[in-house]
Order: sequence, then structure tokens, then C-alpha cells
Amino acid sequence: MTKLVIDNVSRIFPGVRGGAPVTALTPTNLSVAANDFITILGPSGCGKSTLLRIVAGLDRPSAGEVRLDGRRITGPGADRGMVFQSYTLFPWLTVAQNIAFGLREKGRQEAETRDIVASYIDKVGLRGFENHWPKQLSGGMQQRTAIARALANDPEILLLDEPFGALDNQTRSLMQELLLGIWERERKTVLFVTHDIEEAIFLASRVIVMSARPGRIKADLAVDLPHPRDYKMKTSPEFSALKARLTEEIRVEAVLAATEH
Amino acid sequence: MLRPLEPIGQGARIVLGISFFILFVLGWGFATFGGYVSRTFLADPLTMLADGWALLADHGFLFDIGVTIWRVLGGFVLAAIVAVPIGILMGAYKPIEAFFEPFVSFARYLPASAFIPLLILWAGIGEVQKLLVIFIGSVFQIILMVAVSVGSTRRDLVEAAYTLGARDTGIVRRVMIPANAPEIAEILRLVLGWAWTYVIVAELIGSSSGIGHMIIDSQALLATGQIIFGIIVIGLIGLVSDFLFKAANRWLFPWRLA
Repeated sequence: MTKLVIDNVSRIFPGVRGGAPVTALTPTNLSVAANDFITILGPSGCGKSTLLRIVAGLDRPSAGEVRLDGRRITGPGADRGMVFQSYTLFPWLTVAQNIAFGLREKGRQEAETRDIVASYIDKVGLRGFENHWPKQLSGGMQQRTAIARALANDPEILLLDEPFGALDNQTRSLMQELLLGIWERERKTVLFVTHDIEEAIFLASRVIVMSARPGRIKADLAVDLPHPRDYKMKTSPEFSALKARLTEEIRVEAVLAATEH
Repeated sequence: MLRPLEPIGQGARIVLGISFFILFVLGWGFATFGGYVSRTFLADPLTMLADGWALLADHGFLFDIGVTIWRVLGGFVLAAIVAVPIGILMGAYKPIEAFFEPFVSFARYLPASAFIPLLILWAGIGEVQKLLVIFIGSVFQIILMVAVSVGSTRRDLVEAAYTLGARDTGIVRRVMIPANAPEIAEILRLVLGWAWTYVIVAELIGSSSGIGHMIIDSQALLATGQIIFGIIVIGLIGLVSDFLFKAANRWLFPWRLA
């Protein structure tokens, strides 16, 4: 069943100070099946974040449209939860209040909200930190809270824009397993943007490779590694084969980008 | 040894802070008791204290202090009630900003003290005129500073709230206002300090009570001890109100210090 359709979506940013307009995204088509975990892989400046922001409704396409469950997207909404690369917890709210933000906005019952918040606190392993301020948390804990905050809203699709980009390698690896574990249990539809090849393969059931200048989809690769996955899988021959192939795809892009400037 | 940005202990900080006050009073005492400055123009510290005690005990100066505090707070609270909501709306909604901003920027530079003659014509020399001086002096400053603060709300927080299902009023109510509340409190603290200047100026002209009135009366009597005492009282009240504001901020916004 198709959940999300990206239909000929393009984005052209107007030129700055009389300069030429910049094509961030050439007309792009993608359809996302329900319960799929899709990673969008590409070098910086390939328009992958632009595409995700258009799906979120935070940016508008210059042409084309995005449909979620057949309905056209016209702006941001609670049906598309998002986790950002920058730390976007509300600093004046505690961990529990942050997770409850969307539920409060929906006007849910107090008791029901408390139960949902408690269950997500457990799922992301933050028991004991419910009443901490975001400032008191490490980067990894902040992003765990941000994931819980997006999921507590029970969105149709979860959008993640390089959520672990600012974390150190060890934490990043643990976060990937945590996110994958949640997905294996709940099977939410996920769109995950990253420039890390290993991360893209490890998480995905399907990897979309994008290329830069102008941004477009270059390859579409199914990842048939079995679930549940853990970190040991990253050293398996199947994983390495996929990694070698994607490294080649990305490298061409990086070389092109480097010689252009 | 002095080294750039090297931290200092709490005890040393207090000792250093107090020692300058002592040095200042010593210098003042040296100039006056030593006869280097005429008594007519500058009273010595002891005369200042004696004059101050006489003011409090015999001349009902406490009443003047009370009147001045009430004027500052009255005018300031009125200004805040008007200015904070306008500032928030300007910061949040660009058309409202475009509507008010040019006028407020212009009005901000109109000196409140220059309005005093006009306000006396309009409102007499009663309390309304005093409150209006402080109101005019504070309201435009608060509006602009609050608008700038709210307008620079972190964009990613606003976007996060949108993706969590917040609507436009929710963004203002649940993101822009709480995100900037500490900054707004800080703006109010700052402007309250300026309001003290306006109230004294307002009391120097056409007033029959208040600290400023006492000061201008003392000038006619060449009672420099009383004038200095009045000025010091203003400084002390400012210090106390600053302390209260800071304590209130710590209590209201614990997330900032966490």
C-alpha cells in the first residue's frame, strides 16, 4: 500500500541579489510504501533536506505536489512528525512536557497524555529524566527525547533530517539501534535523510541515492538484510557489498562537486 | 597576577566590591574634611548622614520616597501593560510590525522630559502628569525591545512546533511567549531603571512631593547633604529593585540556569 507520493516535485530558489536562480531539486518522483523505512542518502547540497522539508510542509515546492494517503500536503501538520539535526527541544519545558507538547496541542485528556508520555519515556530509555530540563541532557538524550516527542503524536509518517549528525560515533551507533528497534516493533513509515553510508544501509529497507547540482534521485536500492538487525551486521559480507556499491555511487558525486569549485 | 578571564572566588569578589565603596567615601571625606572643597557646595559624609536622618525623622521624607516609588511603579506598570502585548504582536506578525515600527522608532527618540511642559498644560501638575511622563518614557522602548526579542525567536523551535501540530495562535502562545519570557523580564528590568530618571526629572518641575521635589527644595537652601542623601536613596532603591527582579527571574525561569 502506498503511503506517500512525491509527484514531480521541484524546488527552485530565487537568485540572491540578481544572481541566477538555484535549482535545489529537479522534478522528483518517489512513492513510499506504508511501514517502509527509507533512507535518503546524498552529499551535502543535493537537495535531500529540501525534499524532506517539502514533505513536512515547512517548504513549498516550486512545482508538483506531495500526497499523504491521497491528500495533498499544503502545510505542516501533526500527521508528519519531524526530528531535526539541530537540538529543537523547547528549553522551557521538561523532558516529559516536551514529549507531551503535541498531545496538549490536540487537547488530549490529562491522564491519557501522562500514559502515552510514560510509555515513550520507557521506549527511548529516559526513565528518571522526566523532569530534567533539556540543557541538563547530553546530545544523544536530547535527540532521544525529540524522537519520543515526534512519535508520541502518533504521526502517519516520521521524518528525520540527519538527526544523529551532531553526535559522536559511539552514541550515533547506539541511537541507530534504538531507532531501528522502535521501528521493528511499531513499523511506522519512516523517511530518514543522511550523508552517512553505513547509517543509510543499516537502518533502511530501501536506500534512495541523490546527486547534487542539480539535486535529483540517482539510484534506488532495496536493502534485503534480515530483521532484527544489530551492530554486528555492519561487518557482514552482504552489508559490505552494499556499502561498496553505494560508496562508488556517492564518490562520483563528491568528485564532481569537488572539481566544479 | 591578573590574567584574562581567570575566574575569581566569591569571597574576594565581595571584598573587592565593597572596598571601592570605602575608597569612594574616603576620597569624598578627604576632599571635604580636608577643606579642599567648600562646604557650601559639597557636604561631608557625616553631615550628609545627619541631614538624611533629619529628613527622615523631622521632614517626613519616607512619605516622599513612598510617593516617588508609587509614581515609578504606576507609570511603569501602565507602560508594560500596553507595550508588552503590542511588542509580542509586532514580533510575531510582520504586517503589524510594518504598521507600528516606523512610528515607534520615531517616538522612541522623543525625550520624555521635553513633554513635561506640554503634559503640565494638558494634565496639570497632579499625579496623572507624573505617570504620563514615565509612561511616555518607557512605553516605546519596551515595545521595540520586546518586538525585536520575539521576532528573533529560534526558527527551528517554531518549525518543530508546527510539525507537532501547533496552529498559528499556538505558536505565539506556546513557543514565542515562553521562549522570550526571560528576555522580556530582562527588558522590563532595564527600562524600570530608566523610568527612575524620568520620575526625578518630572518631580523637579511643578511638584509638591517626592524625592525630586525634596532635591530641588534643598538646592534653594544650599543643603547639599540632603541632595546627596536623596541621590543615594534613589541608588539604593534601584539596587533593591534590581535584586528583586533578578530573584524573581531565577524563580520564574529555572530552565535558564539548569
